[in-house]
Amino acid sequence: MTTSVSPVRGSRDASARSGLLASRRFVSVLGWSCLVSMALLVWLGLSVAPTDAVQKDAQRLMYVHVPAAWLAYLAFGVTAACSALYLWPRTRSLHYDRLAGASAEIGVLFTALTLALGSIWGRPVWGTWWTWDARLVTTAILFFLYLGYLALRRVPDDPQVRARRSAIAALVAVVDVPIVHFSVSWWRTLHQEGTVFGEDRDAQLDATMAWILLWAVVTFTLVYLFLVLRRYDLAGIEEAADERQLERAIVERRSEAASSVVAAPEPVSVAVGAAPGSAP
Amino acid sequence: MRLLREAAVIAGKDLRIEARSRVTTNQVLPFGGLVIVLFAMALDADRPTLTRVAPGLFWVTILLAASLAAARSAAVEIENGAADGLRMSSLDGASIFLGKAAAVAVQLVGLELVLGVAVVALYDVEVRSSPVMIVGALCATVGLAAAGTLFAALASGLRARETVLPLLLLPVLAPVLLGGTRAWEAGFEGTPSDGWPWVQLLALFGLVYGSLGVLAYGSLLEES
Repeated sequence: MTTSVSPVRGSRDASARSGLLASRRFVSVLGWSCLVSMALLVWLGLSVAPTDAVQKDAQRLMYVHVPAAWLAYLAFGVTAACSALYLWPRTRSLHYDRLAGASAEIGVLFTALTLALGSIWGRPVWGTWWTWDARLVTTAILFFLYLGYLALRRVPDDPQVRARRSAIAALVAVVDVPIVHFSVSWWRTLHQEGTVFGEDRDAQLDATMAWILLWAVVTFTLVYLFLVLRRYDLAGIEEAADERQLERAIVERRSEAASSVVAAPEPVSVAVGAAPGSAP
Repeated sequence: MRLLREAAVIAGKDLRIEARSRVTTNQVLPFGGLVIVLFAMALDADRPTLTRVAPGLFWVTILLAASLAAARSAAVEIENGAADGLRMSSLDGASIFLGKAAAVAVQLVGLELVLGVAVVALYDVEVRSSPVMIVGALCATVGLAAAGTLFAALASGLRARETVLPLLLLPVLAPVLLGGTRAWEAGFEGTPSDGWPWVQLLALFGLVYGSLGVLAYGSLLEES
């Protein structure tokens, strides 16, 4: 094992190859603004926001539940868009594939968060952790759909092949979401209607609440942006590390082969069998 | 026209393989029967409960069987490098998809027929309105076969395909489970008007996944 490869150099190589989406400076500024914005949101949501007349403090969960759900959909939307861009021959690039994967991972995270927060909110308000209502079931199915997508991505394969597979899977999944939602809402509908975006009603949300909710959505979107950019860079570094490992394995094999030819006629099957990673 | 002729050739090939290997009849079908018996054991063979949930249990069984049948349909192309033969056959990706999906659909119809009879006999239900059930099952079969063939091809080259396929396929099939169950409930209860909207949903699902498969299958075949 050589120690000459420092992690810093490795990552710089990776970023040079992948072409970072945003400069490091931008990402770190973004990270700090996420922190500040989140701290502000905690203060706004817990002490500035008025207490709901019916649901009391439980209603404050809205400031995290609603933005988490919004982000889940945004993330899967970005995954679908990037997948379509990858499949389109003119815009085909592994950058889109990497972005699609990064976004889906964060989408799954926020879907899980949405389900968990919804459960915690449902317990005091509806008196149950879970109810088989249309939106809940759709979200749960969405969660499993994208877990499957991520499982597909995790199986090692040639990057281009994997990218095409994943892109098709993502697009098929995104087509399924409206059908699932439609069928499940036919099946049962208990959930309260959308309050802010409801069709024939004016926003019934208190003005302060609405502003804080808006702030929450903006904050969560910033967090999403930060996480996606970081995950994208990380994926580039991972790929570079894989390539490096492969190159190293090839070099080791070559030297083994050379030494076995020069040194002795005896079989070297043990050494070959123990070589890490197998080049196709 | 050429598309359909080519599809028929592929479907004939797959069905001939099935006729000789009998994987569906000797493995998938007994598996389905077993699941139906196991459900009864899990629910303590309590007749009223079983009768009430029979349509749902039937369609869950069909979903599981469909995922096996689809996996098998993709597996026959892996053995002996058959996929290379398909690639070099100059057949269109769309017609290969339609042929393979048709072969899966034929096998599924057989499974549904036998398992349906088993459910009626074992779960003590009565068929009061059969048209909604038959048309519903046919529409569901189209969707199951189309989505199954597409996803099995997606997962086919993977080392972990046995475990990835159900995880990918079953959430996508959730609307088929819902639609099929409601349509069959309507059939068992003798209220077909409740079932027809669900049959339409099943038809829509079949149409959407059929089109997706026709569009995407070719590029899945090209890879590797």
